[in-house]
Amino acid sequence: MAATAISSAEAGLPQGRANRQALVEKLVGMGFAFPAFLLLLVIIITPLIVLFYLSLTDYELGALDFRSVGLGNFQKAMSDPVFRRSLWNTVLYVSIVLPGAVGLGLLVAVLVHSRKRTRSFYEMIYFLPVTSTLIAMATVWQVLLHPRLGPINAFLRQIGIGEVAFLSDPSLALPTIAVIGIWQLVGFNMVLFLAGLSAIPKDLYEAAEIDGCANGIDRFLTITWPLLGPTTMFVIITTSITAFKVFDTVAVMTRGGPAGASEVLLYAVYLEGFQYFHTAYAAALTIIFLVFILIFSVIQTFVIDRRVHY
Amino acid sequence: MSTQPLPPSAVQTSPGLARTRHILGLVVTHGLLLTGAAFILLPFVWMLATSIKPPDEVFTATFSLWPKRFYGVENYSYALTAAPLLRFALNGAILCGGILIIQLLVAIPCAYALAKLRFPGRDVLFVLVLLGLAVPVQVPALPLYIGLANLGLLNTYFSMMVPFFLSVFAIFLLRQFFKSFPDDIIHAARLDGMSEFEIVWRVVTPSAWPAIAAFSVFSIVAHWNDLYWPLIVITDASLAPPPLGMMFFANAETGSNYGALTAAATILTAPLVITFLFARRQFIQGITMTGVK
Repeated sequence: MAATAISSAEAGLPQGRANRQALVEKLVGMGFAFPAFLLLLVIIITPLIVLFYLSLTDYELGALDFRSVGLGNFQKAMSDPVFRRSLWNTVLYVSIVLPGAVGLGLLVAVLVHSRKRTRSFYEMIYFLPVTSTLIAMATVWQVLLHPRLGPINAFLRQIGIGEVAFLSDPSLALPTIAVIGIWQLVGFNMVLFLAGLSAIPKDLYEAAEIDGCANGIDRFLTITWPLLGPTTMFVIITTSITAFKVFDTVAVMTRGGPAGASEVLLYAVYLEGFQYFHTAYAAALTIIFLVFILIFSVIQTFVIDRRVHY
Repeated sequence: MSTQPLPPSAVQTSPGLARTRHILGLVVTHGLLLTGAAFILLPFVWMLATSIKPPDEVFTATFSLWPKRFYGVENYSYALTAAPLLRFALNGAILCGGILIIQLLVAIPCAYALAKLRFPGRDVLFVLVLLGLAVPVQVPALPLYIGLANLGLLNTYFSMMVPFFLSVFAIFLLRQFFKSFPDDIIHAARLDGMSEFEIVWRVVTPSAWPAIAAFSVFSIVAHWNDLYWPLIVITDASLAPPPLGMMFFANAETGSNYGALTAAATILTAPLVITFLFARRQFIQGITMTGVK
C-alpha cells in the first residue's frame, strides 16, 4: 500500500527535482564515505606506498640521508640465515598447527554436534581459550611447562619419563609453542565446523541409513566429509593465516630462543624494525610477509566464492 | 552423529546389542570430549589454583590443586600493589571503547553510502575496502610508527588506537547488512522530510543491531588481547593495555613469584572471560562471523 504510493509519487516527480535528488545523493554519499576514505588513505594506502619505497632504500630510523639500493634488501633477506630460519620455522609451525587445529576442531565438532544436553557445556569449554588473553595464558603455560616446578614435568617424572625441557630444548621449543597454538584454535574451528554441520540436511542421513550406510564412520565418509568440504577449505585457510601470524606466544615464552629455534617471521620483522631499527630491511621483510598473507587471501576469496555458489 | 543409536526398526541386530553399542558410543564420545576439555581447561585450572597457593607449595611441584594453606589474599594483593593491574585493565577499557566508537562512527555512514547511495568513486572505494580486508596491522606498522614518532605521538592512547580507527571489516559487514534493508522505508523516510543523516542513525542503524553487537564483541576481544601494536608504540607502563602490562609484570617478577604471576593473569583475563560466560552466544557469533581475526 505504502510502497505503491511512494513509487507513483516518485514517477510524478518533475525532471528537475529528480536531477536535484540525484545530485543530493551524490554529495551525501561522498560525504558519508569521506571519513572512511580519508582513514583508508592515511592508515593503509599511504603506509603501503611508503613501505614499498622504504624496502628499496637503506633507510634506518633516525638517519639523515639514505639512498636507493634497488632489490638489495630482498637479496639480503634471501641469503640471510636468520631470516631463512625464521621463515622455515614459521612454515614448520603452520604445518603442525594446521592439521592439529583443523583435525581436532573437526573431531570435536562432530562429537559435540550429536550431543543435546551437554552441547553448550562443551562448546563453552572449548571456546574459552579464544576469548582469553593469550599473553596471560602463555605465561600460565610457562608455569605449567617449567622443568622443575611445573605439574607437567612432575607428572612425567612420576611415570618415569623424566624431565623434559619443553621450552629450552631447541628441538622442542617450536613444537611446544605449536601445541599451544592448537590449544587456542581448536574451539574457534569447532564453532566454524558446527555451523557447517548444522547446514547439512538431516534427511540425507536417513536416506543413507536406508541405503545401508549403517555405522557412523560410513556416514561421515559418504555424507559429512564431502558436504563439509567448503567449510573445511575455509577453516584451513583461516587457520593458516592465523598460524602464519604467530607472534604473542613466541614473544612471551621463548623470545625466539633457544638459539633462534623458535624465531618466526613476524618476530623477525619486529626485531629488525622495532628493536634494531633496520627500517628498510624490516620493510622488505614485511613485504615478504604480506605476499604470503595475500596468497592465502586470494585462495580464501576463491573458496568463499565457491561456498556461495555451492 | 556418529554415536546416534539407529532406530530399532532399521537395525537387524537384537535390541540388546543395539543398546550395548549405544552405551559404548556414548562412553567413547564423552571420553574423547572430556579428555580434550581437560587439556583445554588445564591452564585455567592451574592458573586459579596457583594464584591461591603460598610460595612453598608452588615450589614443591605436586599435583594437589587445593592449597593446604590459603594464600589467595596475599597473592592477589601483592599482584595488585606490585603492578598497576587495575590501571592496565582501565587502559584496555579506554583503548577498546575509543577504538569501537570511532570504528562505528566511521563505518556506519560509509557502509550505508556503499549499500544505498549512488556516488562517484563508490566502486573504487568498495574494491579498496575488500583489498584492505587482506592487510593485517603488521604491514603498515613500520610507516605508521615512523609517522607517529615524527609527530611526537608515541606513548599516547591516540597512537595505540589510530591504526584501528578504520575497520574495513565493519564496513564490509554492515554494507552486507544494510543492502537487505528495504528501500521503500528509506524512500518513505525521505518523503517525510528526514535528512540522510537522520535516516542513517535513526532508521537504518537500529535495524542492524545484531551485526553491530557481533562486530562490537569481535572488536573488543581483538583489541583487549592485542599485543603487537601496543608493544611497538607504548613503553610507558602506565599506558599499557592488559597484554603489554602482563608482559611488563612477568619480566619484572623474573618468573619467580608464580603465585602473584598467576593472580595477575587471572585479574587481566577475568573481564572478558566472565563476560563470555554470560553472553556466550553473542561472543561465539561475534568472533566467528569474521572467519579471519
